[in-house]
Amino acid sequence: MHLILFLIFAAVCVAGAVNLLAQRHPINSALSLIAVMAALAGEYLLLGAEFVAAVQVIVYAGAIMVLFVFVIMLLNAGVEEQTKGSRVAVLFGVPGVLTGAVLTAWVLLRHSGTEAVALGALPGHPIEIAHLLFHDFLLPFEVTSVLILIAIMGAVVLAGKPEAEERKAG
Amino acid sequence: MFGAYVPLSYYLLLSAILFACGVVGFLIKRNIITIFMSIELMLNGVNLSFVAFAAHWHALAGQVFVFFVMVVAAAETAVGLAIIIAVYRTRETLNVDQVNLLKL
Amino acid sequence: MPISVFIVASVVKSVIVLLALLTAVAYTVWLERKVVGHIQNRWGPSRVGPFGLLQPLADGLKFIFKEDLIEPHVYKPLFIAAPMIALIFALTSISVIPFGNSITVDGYSIPLQVTDVNIGLLLILGVTSMGVYGVALAGWSSNNKYSLLGGLRASAQMVSYEIALGLSLIGVLIQSGSFSLRSIVDAQGGHFWGFIPRWNVFHGQIIAFFIYLMAAYAETNRIPFDLPEAEGELGAGYHTEYSSMKFAMFFMAEYANMITVGCLATLLFFGGWHGPLFGPAWMQAILPVLWFGAKVFCFLFLYIWVRGTLPRFRYDQLMSFGWKFLLPLAIANLIGTAIVAVTW
Repeated sequence: MHLILFLIFAAVCVAGAVNLLAQRHPINSALSLIAVMAALAGEYLLLGAEFVAAVQVIVYAGAIMVLFVFVIMLLNAGVEEQTKGSRVAVLFGVPGVLTGAVLTAWVLLRHSGTEAVALGALPGHPIEIAHLLFHDFLLPFEVTSVLILIAIMGAVVLAGKPEAEERKAG
Repeated sequence: MFGAYVPLSYYLLLSAILFACGVVGFLIKRNIITIFMSIELMLNGVNLSFVAFAAHWHALAGQVFVFFVMVVAAAETAVGLAIIIAVYRTRETLNVDQVNLLKL
Repeated sequence: MPISVFIVASVVKSVIVLLALLTAVAYTVWLERKVVGHIQNRWGPSRVGPFGLLQPLADGLKFIFKEDLIEPHVYKPLFIAAPMIALIFALTSISVIPFGNSITVDGYSIPLQVTDVNIGLLLILGVTSMGVYGVALAGWSSNNKYSLLGGLRASAQMVSYEIALGLSLIGVLIQSGSFSLRSIVDAQGGHFWGFIPRWNVFHGQIIAFFIYLMAAYAETNRIPFDLPEAEGELGAGYHTEYSSMKFAMFFMAEYANMITVGCLATLLFFGGWHGPLFGPAWMQAILPVLWFGAKVFCFLFLYIWVRGTLPRFRYDQLMSFGWKFLLPLAIANLIGTAIVAVTW
């Protein structure tokens, strides 16, 4: 049962990831990425990480990807054109990555075939996560808040109107 | 509860596949938004192995790392998309091969 | 409880909840037309059945028999998928809403809720945040500038107000210490000084409630925040190009979202199914559900009342209200609640 669920979600993940590569229009790629993220939330639930699963849906699928879709709509991005610069990457990068992936898969399947992850082996209960986050990881937590603040300011400065234009308008 | 457990290696394999798809997308895609999405795909692949290892080693810290990855991803997306909008405003293109000059 | 009983109970509950929700959607539309009609000194629907009570049925028949237009310039796969996305996510979130205590049938105690998950509130937030794709994709795939503007407005508005909405809920979470909607309601049982019910809204969360209410209007695209479908400026916005059942799906999704938001407000701030219990045993069993229904009805009525009263905001007003007023207020409320919770 557990294995079947895993395989279903994994199939959705892989299909979404491949579809992301195959589609030429960015909005289709964005939608397949959303499918991947939703299926990953399912995998997290199987691993007992229910809070992470919820946050995955809220933050990744519900906020970050909405931002992507918003920008695609705002810029009215069309079908991407294929240009020459990609030739080198396709010739050398893709075979390299595929070889690497196959090697990794081979190693993984050979060396850790017997160990298993049990359902609900580790209850990812919000209370325990909060305890960890606000005691052991307090400093990184505060640092990320500074990071977010900087990111907000950066985004506002970059996406805001250029100064000259603003002076003209005002 | 229902019998068969899933081996850890399956989770890691799925994570590796997602990461590899992200790398391939990063290399072959020419649209800057899609390239950006490939990066998100890679981050998601890594998150899955974090959670799988957290369950395997009974260490909740793995799940906390996922939060940090998500936070960084959110910050990165906000800044990155703002850069994309700024680039589009001056160049009127989203093709990375046409954004190859330091000055317009 | 054996697995067969569990499955039968779950299926029965799902069917009942789905039917009740769809009926409630249909009659909320009727109620809205009727109440807004009376507010504007008209009759509202009055021809089909007594008091126009069969109007939803007639509307449904009309939607089914209308021609389903798909214009040649739309992006077809997403154009067809968008209303389904909107409706599916709108209907999903009702599944974790508890609408009463447990009842005992044939010796088995069955909770009055389709499924009780201990991250129920997070699940609802997640599902609602996914619902924005229906509107955004409908606007984009219609390939029409008014629809695109509607879709853009919807996604920007929903992402912005989701933050205030989420922050307003955290105060409640601090007080109850759980994400499970059932335990949030259980934490609100009893009375202060014997007569004021111990609901969260009387328990220091009244500001949070107002933030929630205003953010909820924006999340469900209702007046005064119905910018994505502003008839006057955008010609119905994201669903301009939709007809027949596809339009009906958007319509149902909007009202289902309204009902979910009303249920959530009842559960989080108004004590859920708690209310005075009296009478014989069968009445004691049925009264909590009635109380719950009555409270949700009050919220739906408030929605309609506001629609009949207030004009629409301008878009920059909407954004500055969300970011410059609601968000700081929600953060202040959160800090206040946290300080009180820590010191007491």
